[in-house]
Amino acid sequence: MPLAGAQILFFLLTACSSVSQTKDKYDPTKVDLTPVNGGSYVEASISDASYLNPILAKDSASSEINNLVFNGLLKFDKSLQITGDLAESWDVSHQGKTITFHLRKNVQWHDGVPFTSADVLFTYHMLIATHTQTAFGEDYKLITKAETPDPFTFRVTYGEPFAPALESWGMGIIPKHIYEGHDINTFKANRQPIGTGPFVFKEWIPDEKIVLTANPHYFRGRPPLNRYIYRIVPDMSVQFLELRQGSLGGMSPTPDQFNGYPEFFDSYNKFHYPAFRYDYVAFNLTHSLFSDIRVRQAISESINRQEIIDGVYQGLAVPATGPFPPTSWAYNPNVKVPAYDLEAAKNKLAAAGWIDHDGDGLLDKNGKIFEFTLTTNQGNKVRESMSQIIQNSLRRIGIKMDIRIVEWSVFLKYMEEKQFEAVLLGWNLARDPDCHAIWHSSNIGKGQYNFVTYKNTEVDQLIEEGRHTFDREKRKNIYQKIHALIANDTPYAFLVVPESLPVVHKKYIGVEQAPAGIGWNFEEWFIPKAWQTKNELRS
Amino acid sequence: MNYVLKRLLMIIPMLMGISFLTYLTICLAPGGPAAGIMQDFNPKVSSEYKQKQLEHFHFDKPYHVQYFLWVKRIVKLDFGESYKDNQPVLKKIASRLPKTLLLASLSLILTFLLAVPLGIFSALKQNSFWDRAITAFVFIGFSVPVYWVALLLMIGFGIHLGWVPVTGFRSIMADEMTRFEQILDIARHLALPLIVTSLTSLAGLSRYMRNGMLEVIQQDYIRTARAKGLPENKIIFKHALRNTLLPVITILGLSLPDLISSSVIFETIFSYPGLGRLTYEAAMSRDTFLIMPTVALGAFLTLLGNLLADVCYALADPRIRVR
Repeated sequence: MPLAGAQILFFLLTACSSVSQTKDKYDPTKVDLTPVNGGSYVEASISDASYLNPILAKDSASSEINNLVFNGLLKFDKSLQITGDLAESWDVSHQGKTITFHLRKNVQWHDGVPFTSADVLFTYHMLIATHTQTAFGEDYKLITKAETPDPFTFRVTYGEPFAPALESWGMGIIPKHIYEGHDINTFKANRQPIGTGPFVFKEWIPDEKIVLTANPHYFRGRPPLNRYIYRIVPDMSVQFLELRQGSLGGMSPTPDQFNGYPEFFDSYNKFHYPAFRYDYVAFNLTHSLFSDIRVRQAISESINRQEIIDGVYQGLAVPATGPFPPTSWAYNPNVKVPAYDLEAAKNKLAAAGWIDHDGDGLLDKNGKIFEFTLTTNQGNKVRESMSQIIQNSLRRIGIKMDIRIVEWSVFLKYMEEKQFEAVLLGWNLARDPDCHAIWHSSNIGKGQYNFVTYKNTEVDQLIEEGRHTFDREKRKNIYQKIHALIANDTPYAFLVVPESLPVVHKKYIGVEQAPAGIGWNFEEWFIPKAWQTKNELRS
Repeated sequence: MNYVLKRLLMIIPMLMGISFLTYLTICLAPGGPAAGIMQDFNPKVSSEYKQKQLEHFHFDKPYHVQYFLWVKRIVKLDFGESYKDNQPVLKKIASRLPKTLLLASLSLILTFLLAVPLGIFSALKQNSFWDRAITAFVFIGFSVPVYWVALLLMIGFGIHLGWVPVTGFRSIMADEMTRFEQILDIARHLALPLIVTSLTSLAGLSRYMRNGMLEVIQQDYIRTARAKGLPENKIIFKHALRNTLLPVITILGLSLPDLISSSVIFETIFSYPGLGRLTYEAAMSRDTFLIMPTVALGAFLTLLGNLLADVCYALADPRIRVR
């Protein structure tokens, strides 16, 4: 028995050398590249979906499916410009208060019923109904009047101009004829959706898979791939093994998986680009330590961002300069990354009265040393290592920083009650740069998202102006100003923008990286005839 | 039969106690029963929405009132809905339980079938090279982390040899297969999880078997049997084995809860859609109404395992039946 065990072990150690020669198998120059129908795309996800209803779903797993099954009125194109989806065109009138959508006429639901403006009105009513358990009702409650002059026109009027409304109309439209007369929170269509999108729902086996098939009547034409399969594999290392076996069309590996094991990626193309998120240290601005802007700037300047990028993200991140990521049009390229300059930082702290009087290596003022606690949440290895790097950085300029790692619910409670000095967190951002919830001074209340209590009247005004302005160039100006102002005020020490790291099997043609990422044209991806295999999914 | 019935009835008050303790634990945990609802930290999710959710699930009421409301519904066999997707909790459990039980019972059978001969063999060849080798092997299997073994087996048998699929319960295209192919397909998927779970419980059981056998073959009645000139086979497999099996059956019954609780780990590794994963995910997302019955079910299975062990004991030992 132990001999057999030893043999197996020996085998495992030696077998690693048997790398299959797939490198040249998928060479796009050697194959006919006319789009043909056929094949499947299998994707792995850590968690199962919750609602296949865009109004109710909050999790990313559900959204991924909903985006393929449903359409909004508008959507973002590859360069993150707003463009028509179910709406062919739209016009903004009455100083931006009224938006009129002209809907496509050739659209039908997956069950064959024609799509009309009544469906849009119904979706709107569901979004604002008090009994609907949706988290996204707020933007739609600003609407004072919604009307359907004819079956292919939908018009909404807002109390005041609201530019983020356009993004909000990317919300998936749900079918009136299916949901009417049922409780939207519990109706069975939430698990067997009917939409207008490129893929039709086929089946959902909880904790195993969700299967979609190509919609032959899709208004932009049938997508070439026959099937989209969403597999639930709740462990990242196991997902990676599945990738090695070639049974996945794509996944998003962790940075160390992405950088290591080149043989795992023989038949995969790797992509990386800054994600719509950033990591930051937020200061409690009501705390006496951090009310001084020089102190915050000094801390921000003494954190070595490159160390975080290399040490935590293995080079797969870029420095953050302010509240918008580099891929956003609101990003201000003139704002520089806070220089890693310990001398300048020390000078700023000295100007604020923090000097090492007693020579113990720690700054002090009025007999008290500079000490604070950085709190972050448990179970996030990235944040734990990041906080250690920050601790080290600050030690070099004489600040004693303690790390406290707490459970998520406790963490939220501390923030809600403003019982914190500094926290390490990250924001996932929407594509529209409206940042009212995070930075406007009206959102400093309990449980609201301006938890650092940031107040800057100029920023407040700009945020409001940004909401009222529809012109993209004018908005760009406004948000770039906001970017610069907030970066200078340093209510957060903006750290890094991690990268998205998708990998896609080489047999899929049409994958193109753009500001919007890679999935934006998924409905056009195809597998060349020569690379389609009969039993592709039997392994 | 009376005895079994009495034992079964005893389970009810025990479950009540367990449910109360579970609820107490949830209340003592940071955030209390409402933690799952308050977990969102997304500027698009307003605090009004959270407040609405709190009221919907009655989490705004004092803890004892919440528990009372829960019990009141349970009496009507309404276990509530999962916070995550509004699905009836019972439905979720019902779809996962059979898969976990299938794996657990197969694993018990396999462990039993392996442990008994291994134990007998070790006992008869006590202190020989093979005895020591088996001891070393089962203890290695017992000591190494399940997680690690699972990944090694996946790499070895799944990727390099390609004999078995790495994860899941069935293939993606299972519904296009014939009935026979489907069964074969599930068997292939079960292979690795079965090996892993059996490996961990093999050590204990085979040691019990070995020690039990060693003790029994030194008894007077075995000596008598030998003196009578009975063939060795008959002595070992008829007289000794029956007596040795008694404690082993008990252990086997008691290892059912172990299997259920360890299913949390290996079901996640093998992407196996069972109860363990459901429990784990419920706990992680603080899905109160789902945690309650899954924990209670785990407890129920433990009690059932005990009962089963006792019943099997009675079947195997006439002395207990008579009493």
